[in-house]
Amino acid sequence: MGFNIYDFTGMTHNMHVSFMEHMSPLMTTIVEWTIIGVCYLLFIALFGLFLVYAERKVCAMFQQRMGPMRVGYWGLLQTIADFIKLLMKELITPKGVDKFLYNLAPFIIMIATFMAMAVLPFAKGLQTLDFDIGVFYVTAVSSIGVIGILIAGWSSNNKYSLIGAMRSGAQILSYELSVSLSLVTMIILAGSMQLSVIVEGQRDAWFIFKGHVPALIAFVIFLIAGTAETNRGPFDLAEAESELTAGFHTEYSGIKFAFFFLAEYINMFIVAAMAVTVFLGGWMPLHFGSLESFNHVMDFIPPLVWFFLKVGGVIFLIMWFKWTFPRLRVDQILTLEWKYLLPINLVNILLMSLVVLTKFHL
Amino acid sequence: MTLSDIMFYLFAGSILTFSVLTVTSRRILRSAVYLLFVLVSTAGLYFMLNYNFLAAVQLTVYAGGIIVLIIFSILLTSHVSEKAVVAPLKQQIFSALAVAAGAVLTLMTIFKFAFTPTASPAIESNVQNVGRALVSYGRDGYALPFEVISILLLAAMVGAIVLAKKEKHLDPTEPTSNN
Repeated sequence: MGFNIYDFTGMTHNMHVSFMEHMSPLMTTIVEWTIIGVCYLLFIALFGLFLVYAERKVCAMFQQRMGPMRVGYWGLLQTIADFIKLLMKELITPKGVDKFLYNLAPFIIMIATFMAMAVLPFAKGLQTLDFDIGVFYVTAVSSIGVIGILIAGWSSNNKYSLIGAMRSGAQILSYELSVSLSLVTMIILAGSMQLSVIVEGQRDAWFIFKGHVPALIAFVIFLIAGTAETNRGPFDLAEAESELTAGFHTEYSGIKFAFFFLAEYINMFIVAAMAVTVFLGGWMPLHFGSLESFNHVMDFIPPLVWFFLKVGGVIFLIMWFKWTFPRLRVDQILTLEWKYLLPINLVNILLMSLVVLTKFHL
Repeated sequence: MTLSDIMFYLFAGSILTFSVLTVTSRRILRSAVYLLFVLVSTAGLYFMLNYNFLAAVQLTVYAGGIIVLIIFSILLTSHVSEKAVVAPLKQQIFSALAVAAGAVLTLMTIFKFAFTPTASPAIESNVQNVGRALVSYGRDGYALPFEVISILLLAAMVGAIVLAKKEKHLDPTEPTSNN
């Protein structure tokens, strides 16, 4: 089994062939499903916990504190300890809730998150599904997540939860427009919705450099709208703790609460990964036109490292937003989307079409 | 039985079960969620047919759009403890008859139709093909339906704004607020 850190196509192909030799096609499919499922589960659990740790450290840095320091070296095991605590906690179901929907809501959010993860390209050949409509698929499945939030808020039979769910629903529905339209801008430049083709098209120059002005505008809009989509600060009025206790997940405890928490962080990862894939070259190394030696040095760094470095950068940016901007009011949030982002986005699409038509790009 | 057969029966079974549950449930939000399952299972069938574009449209428009709007209106109007009243027996019988007639009609049409498998390769649903279909006005073009639906949506939006707008005329009996 050839293991090549720069190209996983051969490895996955060899695994598939050797499975086919030893097992029936049905068994092969089931085994492969299991392997992929376990990989995703492990990744989501571990990366989610790491993101929670990172958020606490970043927050501490911005507030001139140390953050968690006691459990493990520099508090590295703190979130794992927290997770074990959450697993052991009692699952309280309040009186008067709609039990079926109350228990279903965390799973709807988690399923939407898992489905969106399925198409992300981590490195060459390291992509589970490669649809010809990849970008559209991500926006389609991530629009299901909001149903989980709405159901959680309503079935909890609590006024804070209901208000939180309504706010979050209105916000996600409006910002979905901006996310999709800024992605459409980049699809015009890429000429394809298939994520592997989009990444491959950025071999010479990342799209944010290739599409210069309109791509930059689209990137800023995508970051703002993506932050709002994940209900993170400064757009976190759905769970504004000073007025709504915890918003739509007030009544959840233990592992069900952990599901909402984990889904929020993994959604942040998905937004960052989409920003990286569509704007910042995915797992492609940084290349400058004619600097041959520089390009060779960059090629030496494996794609997985590139991908996670870029994703880490974007995630840090999103955390930076949260800990520096004050929370927006609900009318300010809707004004920002409908009066500013949406018109800018529509004009930007025209601008990008002009740039692509006149071939005024790198 | 191959794996795709199993998947088909799984999706078909869930479509049937949740369709029945949608109309029999007495809690309105549960009905909406069962309807969501029906629509998502239908999208699953489209994915099985490799018709990814239609599947994603199904998820965006129905699951992400219409169901969210339905749930939103339920959130605004009803309470967790509310249950729909059971319809009178006469109404139940006549609805059942109407449903049965509809099912028989659909089944007859399906069984009479001669499904011929095509040998031509599937058209890839990439950006170029979708874009061309959207703006072409010839056969298989969607320019006219697209424009007609846009005008319909515009009219609906204008109507909604007119309905939701507060009336400007002042009531003389009411004290004005600015003094």
